[in-house]
Amino acid sequence: MVHSARVLALPNPKIPAPTRQTALHPLVPKPVSVLSRVVRLGTSVATQVAPPVLTIALLLLLWQMLASSPTSALPSPLKVIDDSWEIIVDPFKVGNGIDQGLFWHVSASLIRVGYGYILAAIVGIGFGVLLGQSTLAMRGLDPVFQVLRTIPPLAWLPLSLAAFRDGQPSAIFVIFITSVWPILINTSVGIRNIPQDYRNVAKVLRLSPIEFFTRIMVPATVPHMFTGLRIGIGLSWLAIVAAEMLIGGVGIGFFIWDAWNSSLISDIIVALVYVGVVGFLLDRSIAAIGHLLTRGTAAQ
Amino acid sequence: MAYLKIDHVGISFQRAGATTEVLRDVNLSIEKGEYVSIIGHSGCGKSTVLNIVAGLLPPSQGGVLLEGRAVEGPGPDRAVVFQNHSLLPWLTVRENVELAVNKVFRGRKSKAERRDWTRHNLELVHMAHAENKRPHEISGGMKQRVGIARALAMEPKILLLDEPFGALDALTRAHLQDQVMEIHSRLGNTIIMITHDVDEAVLLSDRIVMMTNGPAATIGEDMHVALERPRRRLELVGNSTYNDARAAVLEFLYARHRAPTLAA
Ligand SMILES: Nc1ncnc2c1ncn2[C@@H]1O[C@H](COP(=O)(O)OP(=O)(O)O)[C@@H](O)[C@H]1O
Ligand SMILES: [Mg+2]
Repeated sequence: MVHSARVLALPNPKIPAPTRQTALHPLVPKPVSVLSRVVRLGTSVATQVAPPVLTIALLLLLWQMLASSPTSALPSPLKVIDDSWEIIVDPFKVGNGIDQGLFWHVSASLIRVGYGYILAAIVGIGFGVLLGQSTLAMRGLDPVFQVLRTIPPLAWLPLSLAAFRDGQPSAIFVIFITSVWPILINTSVGIRNIPQDYRNVAKVLRLSPIEFFTRIMVPATVPHMFTGLRIGIGLSWLAIVAAEMLIGGVGIGFFIWDAWNSSLISDIIVALVYVGVVGFLLDRSIAAIGHLLTRGTAAQ
Repeated sequence: MAYLKIDHVGISFQRAGATTEVLRDVNLSIEKGEYVSIIGHSGCGKSTVLNIVAGLLPPSQGGVLLEGRAVEGPGPDRAVVFQNHSLLPWLTVRENVELAVNKVFRGRKSKAERRDWTRHNLELVHMAHAENKRPHEISGGMKQRVGIARALAMEPKILLLDEPFGALDALTRAHLQDQVMEIHSRLGNTIIMITHDVDEAVLLSDRIVMMTNGPAATIGEDMHVALERPRRRLELVGNSTYNDARAAVLEFLYARHRAPTLAA
């Protein structure tokens, strides 16, 4: 009966409760003059937008100063823009072989991540439910999973190349095997943490297994699940760049590797900006979907 | 034939190889419409008794009969109000009650009737005004009221309350006790309520069942409370029947069966 708290989670399985602010300001602010509204908008822009913009500006300035000397090994920001102007202004360029615009490289990487990640989500959630619900499955599978999940993603690549004999499925497999563990483990922790009270309510109401799954298990587990999904997408993006450096073809990882081989350091820096921004957007979109689905649930 | 009969019930738990006998030879008969409180020190096995009646725990010995039929598992004819309300946080107040109503009355009531019945039960506990709020947006007392509405809405044969007011402040608690008394007098429900509050037991119950301390706890005394209804807490202050009943329970709990930790 006691829900055994064998937490085997990666980072914190509990999603931070989305703070709901509805209760905090019950009074609707009275209509105010246009002037004061403009002032308020101005203040919020100043406090929200100004700090990051300022920080970035300062960092760029610092970088510019450090990299300005003629002996510097790395280009300064202005030099990056100058060197790589072509790829900056034409991300949609269609050329031969790997001579494509950055947009196409990024989307090739995203498609690989998409396949591997969706597969990982399906398998991870499936096995997570199994491990969470069945103590027997937990006993049998958990030790295996605990060992497998510590294997670094790229260590799988040679094996999967041997198995698939092709770069594309191998990269997808690496993404899958990288992101499946946090999804699986967090889902099972979420299910194990469903309070006994909710299970008792279900029993008293005689909910069918399907009703239990949709009305209790899914809503109770979604916050944990999305913690796992969010860690998973981050790891996928980390792994794809490295994997693509090894398998070649179109993709942001190989673009970086190719630029390095051609000593186009400025191109590498532009590509890194893309990698960072896309990684950030991926993380935020999974978080946003999770937030949307857990409205009102996590706050207890 | 009693309405509910707890017949020679015993239960032992196995944990890490060791067996603990929690209940031994518990016998209790309850008539239809009776309000029975079970009182005892913390950890003696009160919730365990309730969970056995609910069907959530199978007894190791003996059994429970409701209207002459053996209790085999949990079901909506024995609705439970858990101590910590156990509302589903992702559902609104109305949806929480609706989940129960739709499940219990599917096929018996039309959709419109079920909606009315949900609303009716929320009105019974004075919570209709907050039907679209989620549990975390309402107070502890309100949550407990919704829990009671959910249980009442199942039209159970017997209502099982596990320390329903335990986590509430004194004023909210008194208010809720009055509401439960009012509902009981209006609907004539059969109720078992777990409590560790002597005043609450005397005020609300027709009978107070006192449990001995564990391990192997059982019923030590079964006392009738001969107070007329409706009962009003203010009028009972100097009432000798009330004071005698109160003294008897206190004597049982603190003179004859002190909590093991206090006795040391
Ligand atoms: N599922 C269980 N497994 C093992 N021991 C249990 C279990 N449920 C209850 N107990 C034990 O039974 C005793 C009585 O518990 P409980 O009925 O919750 O007491 P009360 O409600 O009177 O405070 C406690 O000592 C508790 O540790
Ligand atoms: Mg208890």
